[in-house]
Amino acid sequence: MAFDYDQYIRGGKLPHIWCPGCTYGIVFKSLLRAVDTLKLNRDDIALVSGIGCASRLPGYVDFNTLHTTHGRALGFATGIKMAKPDKHVLVVSGDGDATAIGGNHFIHACRRNIDITVLVFNNFIYGMTGGQYSPTTPSGHLATTMPYGNIDPSFNIPELAKGAGASFVARGTAYHAAGLDKLIIEAMQHKGLSVVEIMNACPTTHGRRNKFKSPTDMLLWMKDTFIPAVAFDKLPPEKTVGKLPMGVLYKKEGLPEYCETYYGLVARLKQKEGRA
Amino acid sequence: MGKIKLLQGNEACAEGAVYAGCTFFAGYPITPSTEVAEFMAKRLPLIGGAFMQMEDEIAAMAAVIGGSLAGSKALTATSGPGFSLKQENMGFAMLTEVPCVIVNVMRGGPSTGVPTGPGQSDIMQCKWGTHGDHPAICLTPAYVQEIFSETVRAFNLSEKYRTPVTIAFDEIVGHMRERIEIPDSGVLPVVNRTKPTCPPSEYLPYDDSKGDIPPMANFFEGYRYHVTGLNHGTDGFPVNASPRIHTDELRLIRKVEGNKADIVKFEETQLEDAEVAIFAYGVSGRSAKTAVEAARKEGIKAGLFRPLTIWPFPEEQVAAISSRVKAIIVPELSLGQIIFEVDRCAKGRCKVEGIYRVDGDPINPAQILAKLKEVK
Ligand SMILES: Cc1ncc(C[n+]2csc(CCOP(=O)(O)OP(=O)(O)O)c2C)c(N)n1
Ligand code: SF4
Repeated sequence: MAFDYDQYIRGGKLPHIWCPGCTYGIVFKSLLRAVDTLKLNRDDIALVSGIGCASRLPGYVDFNTLHTTHGRALGFATGIKMAKPDKHVLVVSGDGDATAIGGNHFIHACRRNIDITVLVFNNFIYGMTGGQYSPTTPSGHLATTMPYGNIDPSFNIPELAKGAGASFVARGTAYHAAGLDKLIIEAMQHKGLSVVEIMNACPTTHGRRNKFKSPTDMLLWMKDTFIPAVAFDKLPPEKTVGKLPMGVLYKKEGLPEYCETYYGLVARLKQKEGRA
Repeated sequence: MGKIKLLQGNEACAEGAVYAGCTFFAGYPITPSTEVAEFMAKRLPLIGGAFMQMEDEIAAMAAVIGGSLAGSKALTATSGPGFSLKQENMGFAMLTEVPCVIVNVMRGGPSTGVPTGPGQSDIMQCKWGTHGDHPAICLTPAYVQEIFSETVRAFNLSEKYRTPVTIAFDEIVGHMRERIEIPDSGVLPVVNRTKPTCPPSEYLPYDDSKGDIPPMANFFEGYRYHVTGLNHGTDGFPVNASPRIHTDELRLIRKVEGNKADIVKFEETQLEDAEVAIFAYGVSGRSAKTAVEAARKEGIKAGLFRPLTIWPFPEEQVAAISSRVKAIIVPELSLGQIIFEVDRCAKGRCKVEGIYRVDGDPINPAQILAKLKEVK
């Protein structure tokens, strides 16, 4: 039987704002399938976002949803998680939202290893504001604020997350949607800060300026570029040129999770008080 | 009889927060507000609450809103530059109607200015700091005891009106130690947000059909709803170019301006027969009180109006005073900010004259007395 998305969608809120050819819808559905697989109670989920096309996602889904200020989703999410550590907190963010204006919050959430799942929708560009370059825009690509080609070096989001202390780091793509479900499930099951970078196509403000003739070309580029990490690691260096690994890139279990550590301290203090 | 303590203003603020039921603090250290955070760091874990030192003030303000949405009473404390950083998210809390309390222990100067000196030059920022049209409630206690009770009141107003509330006091009262009484619990009223009673399927988080302050559901209590910083309809979802935006903005402002009788609080000293009035808050209000006593001894009919709520501004009260006195003197630790409000309300009915100081020292009673003599 086909998957029933309606049970999760706020029907009255459609149509969504995303452009034809945008892959955000694909990822949206993947997220819903993942939540369904995990059989989570919707009342126990908070889905938080910042500002951007990706960040509009929470409006369409029937959880506790919070659409905040640009870049600050992780701050809000951290507050929610600390106040209610037994609930599931998810963040969806664009590459600009997460790593430019929200870069500081991103690295510190990783450092704390607080149990939040962060999905970074990387479309290499600022979609909502019309195609300005972002910290992930590839070198040489055209953007409205890089009319002669991007000269800014770019972030590797998984490396950034890992370096900052995230205990689960993965990368998926909108093209490899079935695999993406699995990554989101694994990320949500992981105790600690999990980051999933999800490669997305923005045909409207990125693709058409950068020699992708159609949205399909962008998906085909994903198909050709991303290789499962296990296979990628076995390839000789010359074969990895222009390719990128996907899947779970880094995972470390058993590291202290922030809320557990904090409320562990609270419990110890209470016990001490009881003894005194 | 409650507990008698010798406390610093900043500590009294934290005590007041705990008294009011605050169980969530997120902040970033900045002089002269840091003791509020330090006190909460010690206290909150003992009562099962959450304390977080975030990476900056922006994140702290965000976390406070998140904590409040998840059902906690939440506090943050900061000073000048940190207060500026909080503004965008303070606007978010206003539009989304999430209760929370922001303490601004005011220091001097723009930029890093005078971190260890007092200032009153954020007073306009307390009202106009964020963007767009919005309501603002700001309380200005001047004594350690008052910082305690006004912090309780700040939480109460915040919960009652579903809006962020700012408490602004200056470095001097923040760091001053005074003997205070912390009342037993139950003595001061503690207000909690009104929760919805309808079934979740019927819940509209911004339904104004039954009044200007819609009941607020916390996250995870079965009322799944959407919160957005975009202008929204009664169901919480964005609306664009709709008459709703206009009426809803008016409602937000009416929540505060329409309830001034409940929100505006002030203290009057010897104003009944005064010929010259002083309008002063915070540490300047303390100096002014001494100046009034000294002036009366010299036969000058001086009186003091000391606002404990500066936003919404006590317009009616200032207007009434202005029609009875020859002059209103406004001492403030800035080069003149709140004087414009006093002037606006006085509407030319009396002289309005300022005493300004921005060198990191307070305005002393002698300075005010000299001015009283000059204008009497
Ligand atoms: C403080 C602030 N600065 C700038 C903006 C304008 N703005 C809105 S969305 C956006 C970029 C969004 O890009 P990204 O996060 O990559 O998400 P996308 O739209 O591509 O999904 C910007 C700069 C804003 N809303 N707030
Ligand atoms: S602008 Fe780009 S990212 Fe935004 S909805 Fe359109 S295609 Fe998607």
